[in-house]
Amino acid sequence: MDVPAESPGDWDQIIESKSGLLDLRLKEIWQYRDLLLMFVKRDFISFYKQTILGPIWFFIQPIFTMGVYVFVFGNLAGLSTDGIPQPLFYLTGITAWTYFSDCLTKTSRVFQDNVAIFGKVYFPRIIMPLSIVVSNLVRFGVQFLLLIIVYIFFILTGWKPHITSYVFLYPILVAVLALLGLGIGMIVSALTTKYRDLALLVQFSVQLLMYGTAVVYPLSSLSGKWYSIIAANPLSFIVEGMRLGLFGEGVFDLSKFAYSLLITLVILFAGVIIFNKVEKSFVDTV
Amino acid sequence: MSIVIKIENLSKAYQLGQFSTGTLSRDIERWWALTRGKDDPFLKITEDNDRSVAGISDMVWSLRDINLSIEQGDRLGIIGRNGAGKSTLLKILSRVTSPTNGTIKLKGRIASLLEVGTGFHPELTGRENIFLNGAILGMRKYEVQRCFDEIVNFAAIERFIDTPVKRYSSGMYVRLAFSVAAHLESEVLIVDEVLAVGDAEFQKKCIGKMTDLGQGGGRTIIFVSHNMSSIRALCSSALYLKNGKVMEHGETDHIISSYLSDGSDSSTLDGTIPEYLSIHGTGEGRFTYLVPIGGDGEIKREFLFQEMLKVKFQFQAFQDINDVVICLYIVNMFGQIIIKDLGSTDFKPRLIEKGVHEIVVSIDETLLPGDYSFGLSASHFQSGSDIDFIDNFMRFKIRKESAEKGKDYPWATVQGYLQPRSNWKKIKLK
Repeated sequence: MDVPAESPGDWDQIIESKSGLLDLRLKEIWQYRDLLLMFVKRDFISFYKQTILGPIWFFIQPIFTMGVYVFVFGNLAGLSTDGIPQPLFYLTGITAWTYFSDCLTKTSRVFQDNVAIFGKVYFPRIIMPLSIVVSNLVRFGVQFLLLIIVYIFFILTGWKPHITSYVFLYPILVAVLALLGLGIGMIVSALTTKYRDLALLVQFSVQLLMYGTAVVYPLSSLSGKWYSIIAANPLSFIVEGMRLGLFGEGVFDLSKFAYSLLITLVILFAGVIIFNKVEKSFVDTV
Repeated sequence: MSIVIKIENLSKAYQLGQFSTGTLSRDIERWWALTRGKDDPFLKITEDNDRSVAGISDMVWSLRDINLSIEQGDRLGIIGRNGAGKSTLLKILSRVTSPTNGTIKLKGRIASLLEVGTGFHPELTGRENIFLNGAILGMRKYEVQRCFDEIVNFAAIERFIDTPVKRYSSGMYVRLAFSVAAHLESEVLIVDEVLAVGDAEFQKKCIGKMTDLGQGGGRTIIFVSHNMSSIRALCSSALYLKNGKVMEHGETDHIISSYLSDGSDSSTLDGTIPEYLSIHGTGEGRFTYLVPIGGDGEIKREFLFQEMLKVKFQFQAFQDINDVVICLYIVNMFGQIIIKDLGSTDFKPRLIEKGVHEIVVSIDETLLPGDYSFGLSASHFQSGSDIDFIDNFMRFKIRKESAEKGKDYPWATVQGYLQPRSNWKKIKLK
């Protein structure tokens, strides 16, 4: 038990109506790190327990999506894949895109999905989106494993891989992807507590955004106006960077990386600030 | 003793009605006013949160200028009618929502039990939920580990600890949830009426545990309940909130009696039951009127000792309601029910047709002198769900004087509430 404080000034917590814009309470978040892990664990257990196939679902989704992409974009549309085997090309894009869009859409719904718990108990609300990012990172890991398996399969069938040193940037690119999804998601989540329409807007715009990102086609197949539009999307360089590392093909260098990183950090920063502002009173408005 | 919670000028305003209509333009207007350094144009509210009076503004103060200091080891009971701001105060203390004005200064951690098993996941086992719930309440994993056995023992669920909680009975669920919150090492424990769900034995255990935590453990407890006997059993002091303001703060018994008498005094003499008194119900019908009447049918609030006491009340059914049981209660000044009258001895539920019904009950029991009030309930016999429930309405008094000479109540203090119609037979043994 603490020694009773002598001066009336030293309080552990002060609850007020306003707080500083930049008061991110990182120390408090760190104290709740066990909660983050418990949420991740909860997501997994509840995911398994309601299914028959359990973790196999993590594989089924990307494999089927890949199959459809190979058929539609590879065969029917005949889009270039920069000489990379089609399944590998699409699978790389799918793994990256799934992670990004999961982070974004789930984070953007975080207030609505958790009204019940947020309305009854306090913890730093940002724990919830962070746990979403970590939960999905595990899913991403499983899907990345699938990518590796397919990669090895192609090597065994005689395909010559071309790994570049950019492969070391891969983990950082994954992190940038997650943070960008988190940042946009947090901005949207804060706004959807008041303006519900945004949730619907986000749902389909994320689907459309994939076509505005170099996921199912390489950046090198574009030129002129279209190239500038797609390249302005920081996600395009991230996906291209992943492909450059794994297959030696992709429009990517350090300056392009810096561009993506900068935009991500700006969005993330804005997201955290808006989120922090909304979390205090959203219970009254939702 | 040191002060662990200090509440200063705390206020909370809520906006009534639709949030979405015009909020964008309103937000812009508000933002514009604030950036020019002016007051928030939508916070010009002077109204109290009195639900019996229709408001003019669509903002309402749920709490208004609360000042309060709570010392370490205090067990504070918060009482007040529905809508008095009790839950809002707890929510602000638990940091679920933030105040509109004012500050709260705190020492130590707060564990709040605003609801049973917040964050419990039905698919997880009891064990996993203990850790999850502990973490939600802000504990580290090793802290939960340390008192894990105690939690399980107290909740008495050893056999089911590895069973998903969706298979738990509601009683087990509550026991586990309370147990987690009560054992974790927070300096302040906030409990909001969750005990209502457990059985009587467990409720007693909870009250006992909370008393221990306060007295022995030096933990501060804030407890909200409508059950005055729980408040009396647990709390060392009480706070009476009314329309968002502190009416009184002090010694428990005193506060409870002033709350109860205030509550029933406010009921108008004409006996009309205001709609806001209907606490919860299915909406199929409601009680609209209640008055105590004397032998000649005249409305009275004071009765002589051993005088004929009758009650007249009205129930309005908005539709034909099947399977209804109506009860009349007489409640003492501590909120305890001393008479529960079902109107018949066969306990048969009946059909109540659409319309307004008047019932006159003559109470053939002799109440001892004192202050009492009435309660009414209409519920479904099979499901037990309440159609309407009026608690503590229309205070009335039984005087010590009797109409007949020499039959006055002779003692200064009154013990008990009823004078039974008993029959004493005396025989001389030696």
